[in-house]
Amino acid sequence: MPYEILEKKELGRSGTIYEMVLRTPLIAKKAHAGNFVLLRVNETGERIPLTVADYDREKGTITLVIQVVGKSTKLICNQNVGDQILDVVGPLGNKIHIKRYKNPIVVIGGGVGIAPCFPQAKELRDAGNEIITILGARNKGLLIWKEKMKTVSDELIITTDDGSEGMKGVVTDPLKQIMQKRKISLVIAIGPLVMMKYVALTTNGLGDLPKVKTFVSLNTIMIDGTGMCGCCRFSTLEGDIQFACVDGPDVDGHIVDFDNLLKRAGRFLEQERDSMECYDEECRALEQLKKEVI
Amino acid sequence: MKKKIEEDSKSSNSLSKRSKSKLTNSEELHRIEMKQQDPKIRITNFEEVSLGLTEEMVELETQRCLQCGKPLCISGCPVNIKIPQFINLLKEKNFIEALYKIKADNLLPAICGRVCPQETQCEQACILNRQGEPIAIGYLERFIADWERKNNLKECPECAAPKGIKVAIIGAGPAGLTCAGELAMNGYDVTIFEAFHAGGGVLIYGIPEFRLPKDIIKREIETLEMLNVKMEYNSIIGKILTIEDLRDMGFKAIFIGVGAGLPILLKIPGLSLNSVLSANEFLTRSNLMKAFRFPKYDTPVKIGKIVTVIGGGNTALDSARTALRLGAEKVIIVYRRSEAEMPARKEEYHHALEEGIEFQFLTNPVRFIGDDNDNVSQMEVIKMKLGEPDESGRRRPVRIEGSEYLIDTDTIIIGIGTRANPILTKSIPELKLNKWGYIETDENGQTNIEGIFAGGDIVTGSATVITAMGAGKKAAHGIVKYLQEKYLEKK
Ligand SMILES: Cc1cc2nc3c(=O)[nH]c(=O)nc-3n(C[C@H](O)[C@H](O)[C@H](O)COP(=O)(O)OP(=O)(O)OC[C@H]3O[C@@H](n4cnc5c(N)ncnc54)[C@H](O)[C@@H]3O)c2cc1C
Ligand SMILES: Cc1cc2nc3c(=O)[nH]c(=O)nc-3n(C[C@H](O)[C@H](O)[C@H](O)COP(=O)(O)OP(=O)(O)OC[C@H]3O[C@@H](n4cnc5c(N)ncnc54)[C@H](O)[C@@H]3O)c2cc1C
Ligand code: SF4
Ligand code: SF4
Ligand code: FES
Repeated sequence: MPYEILEKKELGRSGTIYEMVLRTPLIAKKAHAGNFVLLRVNETGERIPLTVADYDREKGTITLVIQVVGKSTKLICNQNVGDQILDVVGPLGNKIHIKRYKNPIVVIGGGVGIAPCFPQAKELRDAGNEIITILGARNKGLLIWKEKMKTVSDELIITTDDGSEGMKGVVTDPLKQIMQKRKISLVIAIGPLVMMKYVALTTNGLGDLPKVKTFVSLNTIMIDGTGMCGCCRFSTLEGDIQFACVDGPDVDGHIVDFDNLLKRAGRFLEQERDSMECYDEECRALEQLKKEVI
Repeated sequence: MKKKIEEDSKSSNSLSKRSKSKLTNSEELHRIEMKQQDPKIRITNFEEVSLGLTEEMVELETQRCLQCGKPLCISGCPVNIKIPQFINLLKEKNFIEALYKIKADNLLPAICGRVCPQETQCEQACILNRQGEPIAIGYLERFIADWERKNNLKECPECAAPKGIKVAIIGAGPAGLTCAGELAMNGYDVTIFEAFHAGGGVLIYGIPEFRLPKDIIKREIETLEMLNVKMEYNSIIGKILTIEDLRDMGFKAIFIGVGAGLPILLKIPGLSLNSVLSANEFLTRSNLMKAFRFPKYDTPVKIGKIVTVIGGGNTALDSARTALRLGAEKVIIVYRRSEAEMPARKEEYHHALEEGIEFQFLTNPVRFIGDDNDNVSQMEVIKMKLGEPDESGRRRPVRIEGSEYLIDTDTIIIGIGTRANPILTKSIPELKLNKWGYIETDENGQTNIEGIFAGGDIVTGSATVITAMGAGKKAAHGIVKYLQEKYLEKK
């Protein structure tokens, strides 16, 4: 059952982030904030995890936001409206726990991690929570879904590394300020591992700020997404092993051994580079062929 | 050519006469040997290791069978294939009838002929095993299935008239495929829901190409499709659809054959180092995702120069031999018991030895040691000795204190077994499980919930392909009985 791409648009101005809407009626029916899908573009493709950034149960669609970082993400982003994706499996992972908290929730999205924040903020706000959102990006061009996040936030703060939009700095700066001023019930942080690591360090209660329950979303490498391969495993600070696909992907940020995870993320670096080079070569050859035919 | 066959048949005629005159000459007890790819060559490719029998070899081997009045071999086979009868048909060169004879009890002979642990099943029971070498039942079974394939005869058994009753099968492993086939032949409208993008279960993601070409599985699934079985891939039941959804969709009975796919990881220091991986991950990357054809296929696999595999079963051996083919210079298997207790198929063990895999028996890992980048570099192990028998009846390995030593290694693959995956069972809270999380069923494969049946590894724990198939078949009969009583007899 191939899955058709119904919409595609570029986000930000970096030329590397795309939003895509796929027709997946059954997945759309079951998806919740926190879920992801595994997607394989074609017969030779690898299975890569992507968060369900939005869903429309009536239209039977899900929205994905994808940043090009290697061969597989590039291959997906090279598909166009009307093209079919060969395999989409999901919804996988645990949905987040939705309840009414006493104090505000701080939702922090970094880079392409902003997209998966959207359904979480939305479902939590629909449940009556006050949402303070902090969005971080390296620069203005990489900032995505600002308007969309506004619709589900009571307050929206933006930081960029270079100050091209909002505050100059990193997301933990406004987080610290908020935590000094107010009582916070929950922090949700989704973005690069380094960002999540520093958010967790800010809220773990070991410094001079109070401890706040913090969920991070782990984006380890995955294959099956059902607990069958152990490829997505991460180590807790106490040395236990958990699987991001079935125990997460949203997990308690205070138990994660981020340093180990950062090292694990690079385990296929060499092969990924080769794969990308081969693909670029193919693309160039194809372009050449097209030119010759015309 | 003709002359040669005549000669052969002459010699086999005389053989048969002699075998009738009872087993005195030890020479006639030798069973045929299957041709294989040269070990030096085969470790450089993923082609099948064993090349099958020729018709001449089949003739010789079938002559050896005593056609016992009370054939012990049949009781050794979990699905009770009529072994002497099919051997006799083979002897008469009535290949098509031989095929039917096998398929009456086993829809997947091309698979069982290759992967059954015959030495503990049919061939162990064969009477000749007591005095010499048993009949090569597995080889013969494989021969006839390959003959079917070579002649492009997709033998599609006849189906009963459609009954218009829908049955859902969860999991396209050997248990699910067999159950689906039986039900389709009985006229039921069958849909298989499979989590992966391909069917076969362990046959497709676990067992490597060089032992079981994936083409065979593809064909078996095509046969099912000819029986109008519908395949729904990418469908993880418990996630995309629940049991309730299936009932709402009109499925009157459900068979659960989701296997026991969860890897057991060794909880010892260093488990989270890079290049320490489960056999499931390693084999899935290589087999299902075809990492052995990287970068043509996008999924990578990384092995380094020295690979150490932990375990003594088929999974460990498959991992070790795959690593060798992916270019490892040295592959070591460490197993905590001795050679005699190894659960792997004997033939695979011999093949692994021929291929130069190094075995360190009575050796158990203590910890994994990494470099500054958290890449594994060494494994500390300890020597073991065998003590008193444990609950499995095998002698329990015990540590020899002070015998620790280090093994240099670039990759560690853990292949010590699997357990039940709770994804589906967790979504059906009222389903009765035993304390290890396996589903409890009665002798018909029926669970404690009406209309839900189960079989294969999710009931028994990791077993064999043929036992899973046997369970699928038994459950199919249970389902037929249930549906007949509930929906058909009333009409
Ligand atoms: C549960 C989950 C949800 C995710 N959701 C999204 C999403 O909504 N949008 C999105 O764009 N991406 C998401 N990701 C990350 C995405 O799966 C990876 O970016 C993708 O697999 C990379 O594949 P590739 O072949 O393009 O790059 P590769 O060639 O595999 O990698 C290229 C570079 O990216 C790094 N990299 C690889 N995998 C990851 C990873 N998982 N996280 C961070 N860096 C990585 C590598 O170290 C390498 O430097 C998610 C991951 C998980 C586990
Ligand atoms: C590496 C390896 C080598 C082996 N070698 C041999 C051998 O040589 N000989 C032998 O006899 N046995 C061998 N075995 C054991 C044998 O393969 C198994 O006993 C047998 O495959 C069990 O069959 P099954 O149908 O119960 O489950 P499986 O083969 O495990 O199939 C289960 C299927 O269900 C699917 N599934 C799981 N959960 C869901 C869900 N929620 N929804 C939908 N689908 C789902 C899975 O993706 C899978 O396709 C080996 C096992 C391994 C791992
Ligand atoms: S199915 Fe397996 S056990 Fe049965 S006869 Fe064939 S090889 Fe032997
Ligand atoms: S027990 Fe052995 S010799 Fe006897 S019928 Fe079976 S295969 Fe033939
Ligand atoms: S992705 Fe395989 S266990 Fe999580």
